[in-house]
Amino acid sequence: MFRQLFRKHEFFIAIILIVISLTIGLINPRFFSLANVFSLLRSATIMGIFSMGVLIVLISGGIDVSFTGIAIFSMYTTVSILVARDFQGSIFLPFIISGLLGLILGLINGVIIGVFKLPTLIVTLGTLSLYRGAMLFFVGSNYYNQAELPVAIKEFARASVFTVETSSGKTGLHPTFFILAFLGFIVWYVLKYTMLGRSFYAMGGDRESAERAGFNILRTQLIIYGFAGLLSGIGGMIVGALFRQANPFSIVGTELDIIAAAVLGGASIAGGRGSVIGTLLGVVLITIAKNSLVLLGIPSEWQRVIVGFFILLGTAIPMVQSLVVQRRLAMQRDEIPVTS
Amino acid sequence: MSHIENTETHNQSLISRLQSFIKNGNGNIVRLLTAVIVIFTLLSMARPETFLTIRNMQSMAFQASEIGILTIAIMVTMLSGGIDLAIVSTASLSGIIAGMILTSMVPPESSAGTVALGLVLAILAALIIGVVCGAFSGYLVAVWEMPAILATLGTSLLYKGLGTAITGGVTVFGITESQFIGNGEVLGIPFPLILLLIVSIITGIILSRTRFGINLYMLGTNPTAARFSGIDNRRVLIYSYIISGVLSAIAGIIILGRTNAMNVDFGASYVLLAILIAVLGDVDPYGGSGNVIGVLLALVAMQFLSTGFNMLLYKSSGANFFKEFAWGALLIIVLIVNHFSDKRRTMRIS
Repeated sequence: MFRQLFRKHEFFIAIILIVISLTIGLINPRFFSLANVFSLLRSATIMGIFSMGVLIVLISGGIDVSFTGIAIFSMYTTVSILVARDFQGSIFLPFIISGLLGLILGLINGVIIGVFKLPTLIVTLGTLSLYRGAMLFFVGSNYYNQAELPVAIKEFARASVFTVETSSGKTGLHPTFFILAFLGFIVWYVLKYTMLGRSFYAMGGDRESAERAGFNILRTQLIIYGFAGLLSGIGGMIVGALFRQANPFSIVGTELDIIAAAVLGGASIAGGRGSVIGTLLGVVLITIAKNSLVLLGIPSEWQRVIVGFFILLGTAIPMVQSLVVQRRLAMQRDEIPVTS
Repeated sequence: MSHIENTETHNQSLISRLQSFIKNGNGNIVRLLTAVIVIFTLLSMARPETFLTIRNMQSMAFQASEIGILTIAIMVTMLSGGIDLAIVSTASLSGIIAGMILTSMVPPESSAGTVALGLVLAILAALIIGVVCGAFSGYLVAVWEMPAILATLGTSLLYKGLGTAITGGVTVFGITESQFIGNGEVLGIPFPLILLLIVSIITGIILSRTRFGINLYMLGTNPTAARFSGIDNRRVLIYSYIISGVLSAIAGIIILGRTNAMNVDFGASYVLLAILIAVLGDVDPYGGSGNVIGVLLALVAMQFLSTGFNMLLYKSSGANFFKEFAWGALLIIVLIVNHFSDKRRTMRIS
């Protein structure tokens, strides 16, 4: 039982997470205060929603760096439309419009990648620049502050379940946490129990074999990038709501942190691996690295070093594990290990 | 393979030589050259008084040189089928170290000897940083067998983080004497352009005339076949990332010289631009093909386009936004066009 756990990547990440949390908590008890936990969850929720899209793209053997561009395009365009029409309705419409825009942009990614069989990194670097440039040039580049936002979004920003009184004021869990929980559950279910989920893993493991086994690669890729786009659209709207402004220059540039979280959680573009639990653990770990190391007295300038180190760590753990397995197999066969 | 030339071509007539040149897979170079000439003619006709001036040519050369060197850096790693996303981080880290050495070693109004010594040490240190950064990325890719994208994403953040940690996030400055590297001219030719040409020639020779170069193309075409023909894949990979690191460091020194300042967040968009130019210059992102001449032609075409956009959109503030949009669109279009022309090429062979 313990040995089985030991082979799981998520186990390592959980251990690292617990050790880091306890260390920070022992040195600075404020870390475990409800206010801090809620604020961490708030940051983790935003990253978490994006990370679900990043996860399925990584599992399928691709990499998507355009999701921040999609998110900001969808959110900013939605807010522009709503403000122009003096929108007074409920919060659902902004989310629906933003999600649909994200879906369309994601499908464009999927078509370019799937139909022409092009490298995903280069295509999505291109579309990141394309989407953001299109938004800044054609839609606008002025930002909407809190007063200009539609009422529904402002109210949504203040919403809270579980309000707690603390010395520094009221704090609570934002309902977007449940959006993440819901989306996380869907992705987990699809990956674990459906043929669609199998096709993601199969594609990432070996595209050629997956194709010969009868998976429709083009359809799968359209679903993957379309879904990632939809999540980005929703995530973008949440960013707009939680920060209470529509800033066309925000989010883009943070994509590496989110990819880092998924990689740290065990997702790999090389081997059709990755899980929802691992990714969410990775998200929490990166969030703590970004927000709470200051509590330990580590200067904030070192944040990037640590995030970079985490990416390499996340990529290295599975490599070391497979090397160990290889050695053991080689020893069992009493042969010289095949290295290069 | 296009880079192995047929020695008997000099007996043939000019036209048949051109035909065989195109047949050898150089059709893209002819295409790029045509594009460069067309864009040049269009811009010359549209804005002769601003475009066709020595001043404009010089300013274009200044802008294109550093991005050109970064493109050659990323090209070398793309030839192996990998990619070095850490080029800009390496450049800024090298520039930061060089700048710190210069400002601490050469106080204002010091003697010519001190200045020269400081410059030599700063440049050496920057190049060493480039070697170390490249070697580390290459080590992760070659020995640990990490996917190049993830390994270099990680090292890119790591180097950027080190730059932030060393400087505390503030901008590092150069000294007056170091500005020659970025702003100087020799006989009216911008000094960075001379560096770009030297880098291009040396890299071109390394790629087409040395054992390492041939091995790199073979590794990029088919790693398994390369291994079974006795090539030490690991060593070739590590060398390719070291070259990329050194070239990035050179670009970093030029940037420090041109702006006289260096910041970790400088030139974040350069990675996209370098990939765009490389792909435009027909470097195959899956490895195995591409050369310096294609990259240089693509660089010239892109610089003309960039200047053209600035000239046509100078009235609105959105020229940069439009460029961001256009580069993305161009990258996608070129990828799709190459996809179809590659298909045609493979069909002709089979």
